Amino acid sequence: MATIDVTSLHKSFGSFSAVKDSTFTVHDGEFFCLLGPSGCGKTTTLRMIAGLELPTSGQIRLAGEEVTFKPASQRDIAFVFQLFALYPHMNVRQNIAYPLKNIGMKREQIASRIAEAARTLRIEHLLDRPVNGLSSGDRQRVALGRAIVREPAAFMMDEPLGALDAEFRHVMCGELRALHDRLKATTVYVTHDQLEAMSMGDKIAVMNAGIIEQFGSPQEIYDRPATMFVADFIGSPPMNFLNFGGALTKGAREIAIGVGTQPVPELRMDMAAADYVLGVRPEHVQINDDGPVRGEVFGSEYLGTTQVVTVLTEQGQVHARLGSDVPIKAGDRLGLSFRPEKLSIFARDTGRAIQTALHDAARPAGGPR
Amino acid sequence: MADVVLKGVSKRFKDTVAVDDLELSIADGEFVVLLGPTGVGKTTTLRLIAGLERVDAGQILIGGQDATRAEPSQRDTSFVFQQYSLYPHLTVFDNLAFPLRSPLRRLPEAEIKTRVTDIAKMLRIDDKLGNPATRLSGGQMQRVAIGRALVRRPNIYLMDEPLSSLDAKLRSELRLELKRIQHELGATILYVTHDQIEAMTMASRIGVMDAGRLVQIGRPREIYENPVSTYVATRLGQPAINLLPRALLGEMPMPPGTATIGARTEHVRLRKANGARSARAVSGLIKWVEHLGDQNHLHVTLGDTDIVTLADPDSGLDVGDIVAIEFARPLYFGADGRRIAG
Repeated sequence: MATIDVTSLHKSFGSFSAVKDSTFTVHDGEFFCLLGPSGCGKTTTLRMIAGLELPTSGQIRLAGEEVTFKPASQRDIAFVFQLFALYPHMNVRQNIAYPLKNIGMKREQIASRIAEAARTLRIEHLLDRPVNGLSSGDRQRVALGRAIVREPAAFMMDEPLGALDAEFRHVMCGELRALHDRLKATTVYVTHDQLEAMSMGDKIAVMNAGIIEQFGSPQEIYDRPATMFVADFIGSPPMNFLNFGGALTKGAREIAIGVGTQPVPELRMDMAAADYVLGVRPEHVQINDDGPVRGEVFGSEYLGTTQVVTVLTEQGQVHARLGSDVPIKAGDRLGLSFRPEKLSIFARDTGRAIQTALHDAARPAGGPR
Repeated sequence: MADVVLKGVSKRFKDTVAVDDLELSIADGEFVVLLGPTGVGKTTTLRLIAGLERVDAGQILIGGQDATRAEPSQRDTSFVFQQYSLYPHLTVFDNLAFPLRSPLRRLPEAEIKTRVTDIAKMLRIDDKLGNPATRLSGGQMQRVAIGRALVRRPNIYLMDEPLSSLDAKLRSELRLELKRIQHELGATILYVTHDQIEAMTMASRIGVMDAGRLVQIGRPREIYENPVSTYVATRLGQPAINLLPRALLGEMPMPPGTATIGARTEHVRLRKANGARSARAVSGLIKWVEHLGDQNHLHVTLGDTDIVTLADPDSGLDVGDIVAIEFARPLYFGADGRRIAG
């Protein structure tokens, strides 16, 4: 198994920069997620690590060895794609055996590797079945089997669950993570689904337009988003953005917003008068008649344990996650306040977070450096 | 708008019973959602009401009139399909106006214009009316498709997973809007989905279907809190309700005949095991902590069963901890999966 070091990686297709100056480290045994919308460069990054694409500049090291311009076959990596590319004319066993036969492994050794992989993935009963009749979940397990029999130094997975329906995807997330915990193989996992990344990743890199916007643990990224893009991309419903203006003073512990003031984590920098955004997670919104932000309830969505209430305010639309027993109906007028210690503040023009006491607790994430 | 009543409706396709002795009544102005996995007969039910399929047995009443044998056009229903099918050569306005220009209706053009503009405003596509239908995003196209149904005032709107082809963000926006529009129009809607979030957030009542039958119908909260069977209990709630075999729970008191207990994630109480035993608690091992930001899901192994619970991100519980587990307000189910009072 192996550590993957990516340094100043850059990839251009003609005049288009798909990946710009990416630097990060995936530690040995880590489950690392590259998360972002389509076209953000996450798959290109993955393909460069796997050797399916050559970088324009930068360096990739696998287990300490420089592999930047080596072909895929010389990197000890297994790739799992979104579409389960199985050989339709082979049965399950032959499909899993294929990569081993290809490298000329002895028959007995192949048999024992297959038996072990099948046991790990619980597909022993399927080994002699044709792949055509299999359910999509089983097909994906076979595709994983074909990757794990090789016992590679690292796994590259490109939206392997993207083709499954939502409920089943969640089941497979659990399975994949459990598999990872057993194999402890370094894994780079590409997805556009924030829930997948949050629930499986040890570390997440959120990408946008070729740039890694933030790199850290799921909780770190959720609690302390570095940019409005990250804040909006993570969480369901996403973070609320409330507009306010004025100058920000270092040491201040509240901001003026709506008809009053809202306590916030102590500001760590002075900022000139400009447009700012208060970032509030839905679960940190409180109904409070004395709150500084006033609005009207647009609707409420019952979700069993909780409900998500949408409130239209002058500062922007607010989603609040409240207990499902709080009586609320469309048209109600109410005041809102926010749990002070959890709030983020962003500069509207750059979208970047303003340093506050919220960031004091931040553990150094180790990147992007 | 009108009420719709199905009495003992059945439909077979060769050897498959698609709809089995279905009883359902939808009140005027009600938003009923039929929920169930693929293949339980939801779409067939819609098609039977629309008259796109004929019933084998039973009766369909629309607005009090027997419509069982009526032609689709006589039933005056409006259907929204999963895939938006717009006329690519027409503008958004003409797509929306199309059903109103049917020779059967002969609406004056001024009236058509008012209705189309009103609906477009409601769906927030009024700035797109002059666009060709093909020059829209997926979400806008689906709004036009929904709008084309809404311009008419039929007896009932029948909607077959109209949001499922949209991405998550748009879906959540349109959910809220559809509910608001239904409320404003006082529309009667029968809506089919396999998405529990859509069902819970939009329905006045949810009808849960299993193998062609309606197994429970009620307000979302009733279905969530008082499911009649393990099948219904597992339809709502994310993460899904925990079902535990009786044998795992040792001395915990429960009504006779209980084979399984059901505990929603929010009703599972965990604390670090301190060695003291209690009849109400069993112990388990934390196997995986799933970070979802606002909450953590703890996956706990109990014997050979895994349960999922919610925990605050700062609860201090971590992988490898042995915990005592208690269940608040558990639901009891018999060997056949039916609920037992207790």
